[in-house]
Amino acid sequence: MNRYSIFGTALHRLAILCYVVFALFPLFWLLKVSVTPNDLLYSEGVRMWPSRMSFEHFRFVLAHSAFPVFFRNSMIVAGATAVIVTLLASLSGYALSRFTFRGKYWLVALMLLTQMFPLVMLVAPIFKMLSPLGLTNSLTGLVVVYTAFNIPFATFLMQSFFDGIPKELEEAAKIDGATQFMAFRQIVLPLTLPGIAATLGFVFTAAWSELLFALMLISGNSAATFPVGLLTFVSKFSVDFGQMMAAGVLALIPACLFFLFIQRYLVQGLTAGAVKG
Amino acid sequence: MASIDIRNVRKNFGIVSVLHGVDLAIKNGEFVVLVGPSGCGKSTLLRMIAGLEEVTEGEIRIDGVRVNERAPKDRDIAMVFQSYALYPHMNVAENMSYGLRIRKAAREKITAAVSNAARKLELQPLLARRPKALSGGQRQRVAMGRAIVRQPKAFLFDEPLSNLDARLREQMRAEIKKLHRDLGATSIYVTHDQIEAMTLADRIVAMHEGVVQQVGSPLELYDRPANLFVAGFIGSPAMNFLSARYEVTGSTAGARLPDGTLIALSSAYQLEEGAAVTLGIRPEHVEMSPASESSLRATVDLIEPTGFGIILHLGLHSLPFNVFTLDRAALTAGPTVTVAFPPQHLHLFDGTGKRALESGLQKRKS
Repeated sequence: MNRYSIFGTALHRLAILCYVVFALFPLFWLLKVSVTPNDLLYSEGVRMWPSRMSFEHFRFVLAHSAFPVFFRNSMIVAGATAVIVTLLASLSGYALSRFTFRGKYWLVALMLLTQMFPLVMLVAPIFKMLSPLGLTNSLTGLVVVYTAFNIPFATFLMQSFFDGIPKELEEAAKIDGATQFMAFRQIVLPLTLPGIAATLGFVFTAAWSELLFALMLISGNSAATFPVGLLTFVSKFSVDFGQMMAAGVLALIPACLFFLFIQRYLVQGLTAGAVKG
Repeated sequence: MASIDIRNVRKNFGIVSVLHGVDLAIKNGEFVVLVGPSGCGKSTLLRMIAGLEEVTEGEIRIDGVRVNERAPKDRDIAMVFQSYALYPHMNVAENMSYGLRIRKAAREKITAAVSNAARKLELQPLLARRPKALSGGQRQRVAMGRAIVRQPKAFLFDEPLSNLDARLREQMRAEIKKLHRDLGATSIYVTHDQIEAMTLADRIVAMHEGVVQQVGSPLELYDRPANLFVAGFIGSPAMNFLSARYEVTGSTAGARLPDGTLIALSSAYQLEEGAAVTLGIRPEHVEMSPASESSLRATVDLIEPTGFGIILHLGLHSLPFNVFTLDRAALTAGPTVTVAFPPQHLHLFDGTGKRALESGLQKRKS
């Protein structure tokens, strides 16, 4: 290794380090505030870590707030959305990748079109549609809306993964005696696991952190998801930062666990397009 | 094993027509090679036999049964792909047994078939490996193993050796030939490599632009190419072509080159006097001779020793022209040489590029 490349590597690493610090600092602050006792929150000034740590906010949030309900609701909504969207998107993505059919072009154009509207524009009409169906203030309604909004992008994502799998593999399977669906299930699907993991992760986090529709379609605590629930820590005269941050930290846990779980596939998936073959 | 009949098969992709009516009868146990440059429709034809492409028009029969509408899985054929198409998430044994497993064959039968094929292809030590841990030649073997375990009616090969290096290709070529000798299965093999075609085939089907140009044994195609395309495609280095005019003087038929030289032919042809013809001669048939009445003087442009022989790039009145010789004296040839065209090795093609028909009047031996 010559001097230039050592210098270059060092610079490169430093740049990455800067970015990581920049990206993770808010999370660190979240954690810091969540363990800072209320009496120190405003009295200590700006410090990197409080002089005294306490978990009282966590205790309060878990025992005395509606947070466990929000948490459960969010799990149901995000989990169901992720599973349904991934299932449908892998089927539609496969169809777009492998088959030619009438109206394919227009279907793709339509799916792209749905991605062009600012969501705020759609809140009122969606509310108007869901309300007579009894789907406002219900988790099912949220799942339906999230599924509808995530499917186009997830479909394109899955399609690109299917495009990366050589057609000959399916052809070989068909000649070996498989039907189209068997070839899909036994040959293509196992090879698309990284893509499925990526799609699951993407949709899960999107649904987990969605605020706008959850806020508009849900009233009351019983069906509120976690981002809506966070707002209950904001009252008319004060913001309970400690509890809010504690809830935020707790809300990060499932997302982290989820990514930890799919990480193995995700890394494969993210690099899959890098090298052809 | 089975016979395969192809009757007036056409294929269109949208408005583009890639096969213009192919007729071919392949006998039980025969090894047929479809050869031609890329884009000639040979792979499309193979894929239609496999059931991977629809037949636009015409009929394909396997063992006398029309299969046009049958899915690939119901045709009982096996195919070896150029890219091998091994299932990356299965090990070698699983790859080879996949076809039997989805056909719900008995476990003992599967084990026996796999180990049998593995022994034939020397794959036993690799059975537990994934395809990515194999070399190109080993992957090729696994692809062949996957084809033979099922004992299908016919084997289809789609340029199976194209991704291998030259040495391995030669080795695998011999193995495929041996395998065919042992199994005796009907095989259709697609390649653009005329040496593969020559060495493997019982019969070669030479194709060009969606049309079958000639069907015959390798030596038939080499000795009596039906047209300019086959003449130029089969044989390496490629046949030399010279444009000329057909002439008959008394009892002697000849071809007059543009510079006025008359090349004697071995027989008369069913051609009009003065007709434009193309004279063909293979580089290995040109004789390097001391100057005589019938010899031609050519300039030496380039000398290519191949080790086994020597390829001379000559200019015959500025027309490029190749000679292949085993005589090492040619290495020092130059700046001009004299060459002669033995009449019995000359090929004559008419103005449309078809092989000219002999009129049956043999030239009297003088």
